Amino acid sequence: MDLSFSEEDLAFQQEVRSFLTENLPADIKDRSDRGLHITREHMILWQKKLAAKGWIAPNWPQEHGGPGWSLSKKFIYNSEYALSGAPGVSPFGVSMVGPVIYTFGSDEQKAKYLPDILNTDALWCQGYSEPGSGSDLASLKTRAVRDGDDYVINGQKIWTSWAHLADMMFCLVRTNTEVKNQEGISFVLIPMDSPGITVRPIIGIDLEHSLNEVFFDDVRVPIANRVGEEDKGWTYAKFLLGNERNLVARVARSKYQLTRLIEIAGKEIAYGGCLLDDPDFKRKIAKLEIDLMALEYSELRYLSQDMAGRKLTAEPSMLKIKGAEIAQTLKGLLVEALGIYGTPYETDVETAARNDGPIGPDHAHGNQADNLYQRAATIYGGSNEVQRNIVAKMMLGL
Amino acid sequence: MDFELSSEQTLLKDSVDRFVKDNYELAARRALVASDLGFSKDNWDLFAEMGWLGLPFSEESGGYGGSNVDVSILMESFGEGLVVEPYMATVLLGGRLVEMAGTADQKETILAAVIEGKMQLAFGYSEPQSRFDLFDVTTTATASGDGYVLNGHKGLVYHAGSADKIIVTARSPGGQRDKAGISLFIVDANTKGLSLKSYRTLDGQRASEVILDGVEVGRDAMLGAEGQAFPIVEKVTDLAIGAASAEAVGAMRRVNQMTIEYVKTRQQFGSPIGSNQVIKHRLADMLIEEEQSKAMSDMAAMRADMAKETRSDDQVQTASATKARIGEAAKFVGEQGIQLHGGIGMTDEYAIGHYYKRLQTIDKLFGNVDYHLRRFSDAR
Repeated sequence: MDLSFSEEDLAFQQEVRSFLTENLPADIKDRSDRGLHITREHMILWQKKLAAKGWIAPNWPQEHGGPGWSLSKKFIYNSEYALSGAPGVSPFGVSMVGPVIYTFGSDEQKAKYLPDILNTDALWCQGYSEPGSGSDLASLKTRAVRDGDDYVINGQKIWTSWAHLADMMFCLVRTNTEVKNQEGISFVLIPMDSPGITVRPIIGIDLEHSLNEVFFDDVRVPIANRVGEEDKGWTYAKFLLGNERNLVARVARSKYQLTRLIEIAGKEIAYGGCLLDDPDFKRKIAKLEIDLMALEYSELRYLSQDMAGRKLTAEPSMLKIKGAEIAQTLKGLLVEALGIYGTPYETDVETAARNDGPIGPDHAHGNQADNLYQRAATIYGGSNEVQRNIVAKMMLGL
Repeated sequence: MDFELSSEQTLLKDSVDRFVKDNYELAARRALVASDLGFSKDNWDLFAEMGWLGLPFSEESGGYGGSNVDVSILMESFGEGLVVEPYMATVLLGGRLVEMAGTADQKETILAAVIEGKMQLAFGYSEPQSRFDLFDVTTTATASGDGYVLNGHKGLVYHAGSADKIIVTARSPGGQRDKAGISLFIVDANTKGLSLKSYRTLDGQRASEVILDGVEVGRDAMLGAEGQAFPIVEKVTDLAIGAASAEAVGAMRRVNQMTIEYVKTRQQFGSPIGSNQVIKHRLADMLIEEEQSKAMSDMAAMRADMAKETRSDDQVQTASATKARIGEAAKFVGEQGIQLHGGIGMTDEYAIGHYYKRLQTIDKLFGNVDYHLRRFSDAR
């Protein structure tokens, strides 16, 4: 056991720090600081810079375009990335579908999709949940029936984040109704411009448009777009969830938001001094910071275990539970810090259209929107309740 | 950077695990706790033979040059067995103070005997009014002739009753809560004017209130430079916090193992109680708390190894974050362990309550959750 860094590691840290400082545009950083959603243009611009540097996918194997970093380098990169204030890389391509394709996909699929994912030439969305299939995802009904070289797909997905901006969807469809729910699902890649797809917005409690319903009406998708074997999609879906552990713990993002919380608490006036000097608030911050530290080292410990070749089971679920809870507590404190200015609420667009200045302190803008949006963290990707079922089953034998 | 054990560390873990398995069945432990001494001299001799008593000391000091990670491995296994031998008091507190602050002479006479298992130490750092502040010292050291006269009251001195020498903090100059002006003295157990009010602790260990009433010691009883002991005391206790945290992780692991086993066998309403989702989720949370604690304990040991003997910038933050996080986890795991066992968990006969009690005493050792949350944020 050893936490120390080599000379090479320290040089790498400098390289990461300078690269991020020199290349992160101020307007992208500002939106991200406020917890506002990144725009499509910003996302593509920023992710292409990371891709050009070869840093877009730290966890991918080298043969597929990953940097092949040691545990220390991954740790350094994630820490420096967090400190830079850069927005997180969109998870759907790099963290989710990418690893499924390079692990289970055909050579043609690898050649066709992986470069686009790395270069952000295609944006992806995730077609999982359906109106009747949330936590019980395996009960999904969207049907794919073979017809010649195609599947013909009919059905509906819901809660599909960023479907309206996406070029591609990775989608779970039912290819067999005669077997157990889990055994009749396939994993297919669907171009979003396919005839028969309709995307309808769902406006969230943050009054923003990130969620969608997606309808499939006789959508034809080549069978060649199926990843892996027919009816084995559930296996790939579970692999995907386990593989996104870096994403689920969200340590880097939370670390950055914590520094922002401390900064805001230092500016907010309270009880005749500043909020950061209030023992109660200070204590809440300390507890959060310590919980985050425990999460960070848990993640590193599991990553180390994984790299040593000892297979993980439900560890990612534990990270997801804690990571989501910590992120939510953090957003809650960011709003709490604002006092009365946690109450005014306008969308980003409305605020931008004002010409009479911000309501309340400048740092207030965006915090409540982010807080509302983050309520989803314990729901999506398998709710925290479902994650606890997984932990109990896989790690406790219950 | 990695979290894997080396092959030597795996051997160490295996041998401590074997010791615990062979010697710490609940009945055997119960007998030790009820004995006059409160622990086993045979076990102590075995510790010496295994090299555990010299584990953290450098080779120059006659030890085995083990790391803080090595100490954590040992303490984690001790925690699984609720070991009662005075390892913390003698080796991790007394021994380390001597190694860090002692003269060549003091090291030679005391450390050599400690490593051989021939001498036991205790460390009095608390006082009735000090709560958890190590610098709050009213015990006085007054220069007199060739030495000093010590007067004061040390509270909750673990294993003072069986120690050959008791190390105490005492103030020569300065006010009650000044960090400067604190010195360390080594007092022989049979010194005139030293009296002990000994008792059993919640978790079956032994401790004493130590009264120093005109205790005369020579100049050679002073450990380290006069008035400058505080940074050494803080360093040694911060390292001991790492070790106590590892011990708590071991104890939590056993609580979880026992509780999982219990809910799988206990039948109610015609099925094992562990088939209820509320029980599954509770246990999932208990495991998460154990795992978060393990990560903190490993982190604390590794950071301490990076900092070696010096006080690093993050020493206070590391120790306090670890102690606060593990204190919260231990409270939850211990309490829920009893809860899920139901009535049987309330009995002295059953193991779970003993783990609960050890976890409670660890929380109070070197400062509880509240204390360390505060210390952590004040250090920012």
